[in-house]
Amino acid sequence: MNAPTLVRGYEVVIGFETHAQLSTASKIFSGASTAFGAEPNTQACAVDMALPGTLPVLNRGAVERAIRFGLAVGAKIAPLSIFARKNYFYPDLPKGYQISQYEIPVVQGGQVAYLLDGQERSVRLVRAHLEEDAGKSLHEDYHGQSGIDLNRAGTPLLEIVTEPDLRSSAEAVEYAKALHRLVVWLGICDGNMQEGSFRCDANVSVRQPGAPLGTRREIKNLNSFRFLQQAIDFEVQWQIDRLEDGLPIHQATVLFDPDTGETRAMRSKEDAQDYRYFPDPDLPPLVIAPEWVERERAEMPELPGAMAARFQQADGLPAYDAAMMTQSLAFARYYEVARDAGAPAKMVANWLMGEISKRLNATDAGIEACPVPPALLAALLRRVQDGTVSHNAARQVFESLWSGEADDVDAVIASKGLKQMNDAGALEAIAAEVLAKNPKSVEEFRAGKDKAFNALVGQVMKATQGKANPGQASEILRKLLAG
Amino acid sequence: MALTPEDVSRIASLARLDLSPAEQAAMLTQLGGFFRIVEQMSAVDTSGVEPLYTPLSAVQQVALRLRDDAVTEANERDANQQSAPAVEDGLFLVPKVIE
Amino acid sequence: MSADLHDLGVAEAARAMADGHVSSAELTQHLLTRVAADTELGAFLAVDADAALAQARAADTRRAQGQAGPLTGVPVAHKDIFVTRALPSTAGSKMLAGYASPFDATVVQRLADAGTVTLGKLNCDEFAMGSANENSAYGPAKNPWNRTRVPGGSSGGSAAAVAARLVPGATGTDTGGSIRQPASFTGVTGIKPTYGVCSRYGMIAFASSLDQAGPLARSAADCALLLSAMSGFDPRDATSAERPPQDFHAQMLAPREGATAARPLAGLRIGLPAEFFPAALAADVAGTVRAALAELEKLGATLVDVSLPRTELSIPVYYIIAPAEASSNLSRFDGVKFGHRAAQYDDLVDMYRKTRAEGFGPEVKRRIMIGTYVLSHGYYDAYYLQAQKLRRMIADDFQACFAQCDLIAGPVAPTVAWALGDQGDDPVKAYLADIFTLPASLAGLPGMSVPAGFGAGGLPVGLQLIGNYFQEGALLHAAHAFQQATDFHRRAPEAAR
Repeated sequence: MNAPTLVRGYEVVIGFETHAQLSTASKIFSGASTAFGAEPNTQACAVDMALPGTLPVLNRGAVERAIRFGLAVGAKIAPLSIFARKNYFYPDLPKGYQISQYEIPVVQGGQVAYLLDGQERSVRLVRAHLEEDAGKSLHEDYHGQSGIDLNRAGTPLLEIVTEPDLRSSAEAVEYAKALHRLVVWLGICDGNMQEGSFRCDANVSVRQPGAPLGTRREIKNLNSFRFLQQAIDFEVQWQIDRLEDGLPIHQATVLFDPDTGETRAMRSKEDAQDYRYFPDPDLPPLVIAPEWVERERAEMPELPGAMAARFQQADGLPAYDAAMMTQSLAFARYYEVARDAGAPAKMVANWLMGEISKRLNATDAGIEACPVPPALLAALLRRVQDGTVSHNAARQVFESLWSGEADDVDAVIASKGLKQMNDAGALEAIAAEVLAKNPKSVEEFRAGKDKAFNALVGQVMKATQGKANPGQASEILRKLLAG
Repeated sequence: MALTPEDVSRIASLARLDLSPAEQAAMLTQLGGFFRIVEQMSAVDTSGVEPLYTPLSAVQQVALRLRDDAVTEANERDANQQSAPAVEDGLFLVPKVIE
Repeated sequence: MSADLHDLGVAEAARAMADGHVSSAELTQHLLTRVAADTELGAFLAVDADAALAQARAADTRRAQGQAGPLTGVPVAHKDIFVTRALPSTAGSKMLAGYASPFDATVVQRLADAGTVTLGKLNCDEFAMGSANENSAYGPAKNPWNRTRVPGGSSGGSAAAVAARLVPGATGTDTGGSIRQPASFTGVTGIKPTYGVCSRYGMIAFASSLDQAGPLARSAADCALLLSAMSGFDPRDATSAERPPQDFHAQMLAPREGATAARPLAGLRIGLPAEFFPAALAADVAGTVRAALAELEKLGATLVDVSLPRTELSIPVYYIIAPAEASSNLSRFDGVKFGHRAAQYDDLVDMYRKTRAEGFGPEVKRRIMIGTYVLSHGYYDAYYLQAQKLRRMIADDFQACFAQCDLIAGPVAPTVAWALGDQGDDPVKAYLADIFTLPASLAGLPGMSVPAGFGAGGLPVGLQLIGNYFQEGALLHAAHAFQQATDFHRRAPEAAR
């Protein structure tokens, strides 16, 4: 690990616990639906409500997703893992205990790679274990009471725990983004942070460089990357202030308030620290045979890291571009289709990172929403490649493809008359005329002002309504000026 | 090791049981009596013995049986809430939850 | 013949109906009348006469259409630890007073599918925690042989109802002896099958790794019929044993190799653990059990001495593990989703504390306290983990025994039924009395109580038979042979004649 960036002379130490909701149709221990946004308690079946006599039965789909995650991060898939009960009383916890994994989790070790300022970094994972989500307490007032909705209770979660390897809020965000990209890429989590499908808890502490780890405070349920960074930054300053004032830091669970931008300690669950974990007698050990692991491995998509490496080697993309092309599986697929349709790889990458991302970001849309299919983009880029249109003209063509007014590249070029003028003779005549009309610029050029030359090129482009090939135009101008 | 009144009230609060002083006192005596018969157990050397969490694993490997990922439960909210102490708009009502 | 209709056992009633001597409606009405006339026994917590009669008439119709099975129209009643849609499900607790379950327990459903008629729900110790049925929030059930005595527990209502001839067969559950001990105390036959044979879905959980459902009835044959219908794989219970449906009645009747009419148990080796016959064992119980063993010998069995060296340890082991699991299983009773909620409270935590203090009885609170303590930080290894390790040693001891014998026999309880209120407020006294039923429970082995005779005060004494995993057939076979040669299981208490 590189030398850590210090904050007011303190080293920041961050570890993560991320709860990723797994994209199963039914709950982890019952046959109720996991669909989001249903009427309160309409998706909480007898098992989810912990009605007397009900029992849990584990969902195979949740285990499959855990296995795929484990393989993706190079972890050990435990051949035998144990479900345990975490006992505490809370209204959104219907059984009075959460079924989780404690001593022997299903995924052990592994690491997640990410880029920090263009540098490849990675964080070590301690474990990832299966558990059930809790319900929700709705705090809007019911005559001084809270309402409990158990629709979310029993939704499968993969809790992914890192070593305290992260050293700044920026690094924490990069890790969280890389993890988010991975679980969505694998199709094991929909990644919808607004709906709580991907929730981060950050364990934050500070220390003098070289000193033993400081007391950590856990910031719970950070559901946006921006809040995550704000919350950690505030928490770090808060802890340093305490230490500077000679005050102790007590281990605590804190919540981030996006409105104030501050963290504050939770008041509930304080006396519930003794969780009395023990193996759940309703659930014998989870046994995962090597054949099962291999079946999952065979069905997994190429991982973003491997794909980016391939784009660098096979397509000659720079590392940054390759990373951008693999920001999501859909993005990568778009890039590959356009490239395979005969457009130059680097040019496709530039357009995806530039024109297309710019337009998509304007509406917060993903590549799935791009109105111009990759094959059509490829057709346009081929015309740039063979010199039929300039980049400027290509942008105009793209506009009409995007707006949907046309879907045939060559037709648009023709109808808008955007074809580049490649007739050297005609261009030379126009260039000569431009020089004659702009003696001032010519003088300045001769006096050594490059700006003046650009002005002349501009005049030629203007005279040709942009149809001239700028490269060719400046070539001819230099010749004439030299002559 | 003898149980103290502090133990009893700590455990009662962990278990969310409101015990009267009389109940706590009786509990202290009764649990004390119980843990005396437990002592013999602590004396046994069990090193290297695997715990037996589920009985059949004494004679065979017991593997957790899994269900397919399918939605099999319909909305039974009314039936499921028919014995609920307090419900409004389909929500269970509880004293304000302070986080 | 309605004078002695109530003397009909399960198989006998089915035969009488098949032969057209009686209809299910008549039999059901007759029993409902007896139940209504004997509320003082405290066996039933809920009865729905109209529903029962409707089921009986429907059964009679099916029989008329030639669709009768071996249990069609046979009246049964369920321990109130099983949830039922039609009748309230209380688990003998104030916590669940009037609780209406939206579904039926698998065991209840299967018996209904087999055509049985449900008379009602039976009294039991609160959440099945007890061995005298005195821990029921709805008052004790009494022993039909002497109503100043306890019927045993926790399935006390089930045992009392069958012994008093209020119903030919009943369901029960056995966590540490709750079928076998009340069967012994009331002179009925009861079997706790191998862990996993009966689904636990819909059985209000006490100790999940120990709870097993089973029948109580007059005879081994009746138990075999009921168990065949109750048992079987259930996808809703992850600990349910995945095996084809079993015909325990056929297994019971299958003759042993080399058996003769006079010696049906020829070649059967019955192990007698020295630890099951301690000096402290009551003389009347010891004598009755020895006599029964002599009878088994006459029937061809050979008795071999074996040892279960950790029998006494099974008491602390069980009373660590069961309360630990119970403390967690009972956390769902918090006044939020169902059941009792305190009327007055200051805040959420206070609501929990008062609700649970009001809803649970003293023994349940004690076990929650013990369980919470042994799982709590710093004590887990010394208590819970140590107990689970000893549990394996106890299970291994049984396997060592079964290398030398086919079945294990001994007393069910150290004494006959004691007087109501006898145990006062010393729970440990009651715990110690479970010594002979706990080992098989911890190992998850099948166990039976077979009426073996009578002890002090003419109170029944049961013989306990323990088999290896899934050897219910062998247990029932031995018990059936014994009952072919004896009539203890046919004796009825004075009041029930």
